[in-house]
Amino acid sequence: MVPAHEKILADPRFKQLVSRRNRFAITLSVIVLAVYISFVSVAIFNPALFSMPLMGTSAWCVGLVVGFCIQAFAFVMTGIYTARANGQFDRLAREAIRGTIA
Amino acid sequence: MIRVFFLSAAALVAIAGSGLAAGGAIDGDVTKRSVNVIAIAMFLFFVAATLGLTAWAARRTKSASDFYTAGGGITGFQNGLAIAGDYMSAAAFLGVSGMVFGKGVDGVFYTVGWTVGWPLILFMIAERLRNLGRFTFADVASFRLEQTRIRTLSAFGALTVVIFYLIAQMVGAGKLIQLLFGLEYAYAVILVGVLMMLYVTFGGMLATTWVQITKAVLLLSGCTLLVLLGLKHFGFSPEAMMQAAIDNHAAHEAILSPSSSISDPITAISLALALMCGPAGLPHILMRFFTVPDAKEARKSVFYATGFIGYFFMLAVTIGFLAITLVGTNPAYLDEAGKLLGGGNMAAIHLSGEVGGDVFLGFISAVAFATILAVVSGLALSGASAVSHDLYARVIKKGRASDKTEMMVSRMATLVLGVLAIALGLVFENQNIAFMVSLAFGLAASVNFPVLFLSIFWKNMTTRGAFIGGLMGLFSAVGCVVLGPTVWVNVLGFETAIFPWEQYALFSMTAAFGGIWFFSVTDRSERAKLDKAGFPAQFVRSETGLGAAGAVAH
Repeated sequence: MVPAHEKILADPRFKQLVSRRNRFAITLSVIVLAVYISFVSVAIFNPALFSMPLMGTSAWCVGLVVGFCIQAFAFVMTGIYTARANGQFDRLAREAIRGTIA
Repeated sequence: MIRVFFLSAAALVAIAGSGLAAGGAIDGDVTKRSVNVIAIAMFLFFVAATLGLTAWAARRTKSASDFYTAGGGITGFQNGLAIAGDYMSAAAFLGVSGMVFGKGVDGVFYTVGWTVGWPLILFMIAERLRNLGRFTFADVASFRLEQTRIRTLSAFGALTVVIFYLIAQMVGAGKLIQLLFGLEYAYAVILVGVLMMLYVTFGGMLATTWVQITKAVLLLSGCTLLVLLGLKHFGFSPEAMMQAAIDNHAAHEAILSPSSSISDPITAISLALALMCGPAGLPHILMRFFTVPDAKEARKSVFYATGFIGYFFMLAVTIGFLAITLVGTNPAYLDEAGKLLGGGNMAAIHLSGEVGGDVFLGFISAVAFATILAVVSGLALSGASAVSHDLYARVIKKGRASDKTEMMVSRMATLVLGVLAIALGLVFENQNIAFMVSLAFGLAASVNFPVLFLSIFWKNMTTRGAFIGGLMGLFSAVGCVVLGPTVWVNVLGFETAIFPWEQYALFSMTAAFGGIWFFSVTDRSERAKLDKAGFPAQFVRSETGLGAAGAVAH
């Protein structure tokens, strides 16, 4: 292993970066997965809820509208991650590299 | 080089011309439309524009890095559009709207699965892939493992996915063009194959990317217009549209309930897994992450791509519901049995003619064709790079191949893949496209994805584990398909399937992950020690991008 790598591995900023980013990425993944699994479960185990009219009267069913919302939600989640990773996490990564190489 | 390109382009125009003439000469064939002049004119305009683009790209494609990744100089926004372009295949556009037209909300089950895979790719894979890899995903999978075995496995994983996907696209293209433009099936397949070879061999990734971007913009704007024109018939009220769909569909309210095909838990879980993990194993999608300069742009690409993909699928589903009323109640689009002319996948095409007349029909037809063309180009490029970069340069030449010969091999591989795609497209004319796509997704999810994912995250994975586990995923996926209903019953004609489910990812992914785990933890070889010792360096690079391949200035 290149010495720089060993130094970075031991650097507290690197550890902070990895643990913070992992926590964030895992939290978001769990949220996305939970939403998706609930959606699939309702479609399989409770089709009546899936096909219930939205607000009781609409011709659109709950499942369809929720499906569209999940697609929009997926976009929002990628936005949240990208904003934080491209700002805060990249800054931490740069500091960790600069601090050990210089 | 440029002169060869223009000569082949001219030859192609001649072939297309003779194909048109032949198409016009045969009028008795009922499955084929009369030659659609507006559609052909619009399509030829698209072809001319993209060939111009290819000529421009050819002048900039000098090194292997240019050829495989457009020099890493694509921006996040451009790459996002191109990823969306790669992902929004004709199967997705026509298939989803056709499924909604036929069965109702089932289509949403698919589109949600196809969309939620993207945030997960972003959180887990995108930036690490960019930091570790250079040209192909095998670069990442074999980063700290033994090159020969893992590269070979990944290259074959990539090639099988590419070939199944290519066959599906070629057959789809042939049928579609036959129907839309009144061209002979064989001419249509040859035309697509030749155009694909031109884009890729001459323009490499730069041309492929811009063809993809052009197509994505056309498809997104075309679908938006289609939905707006359709909603106009309902006074722009989605409520009125849905009410009319329920009234006019033969199944009435039942179109709002998931059908039996997805209500079996095992099937639904397998399908959900394949839809979610499949994209993270599709070589032509993964390759797109190497076209951007750094991890920052890779993240942005997924952000934009997810937005475009989510929006596109909402449109595709809405198009299906619009078509139920506007197409399904119009006898002009139905045969004697009340079935849609040209098959269930034609709902969106008929709808465009209904709401926008011949010009719009021509436009949407040309967009559908352009979609296929762009997707096959991306596939061919990733297949060719698996041959030239992974098999030739790394496995056979052990990294001692020059840039120049590697590119030459890549171009040859593109030509071979093109000829193969044309030949298989002709052979499989009457095959079911959907099953081929499902096989491609299933293989991607159960061979490429497990190896890639664990090589990034699991420090104890060894070469032996990855190799055996990957093969287990490959064989179990192929086994499930061959012994399952789609091949054993429908193709081979046996009474009952040995493997009862149509969806199999749950089983093949378990085999792959289980195999990798078992054969890694029991691995006591010298190589295993090397594999594990390589992890810390890989970890630093994957997390920080230190040492990652950067963009090449032009």
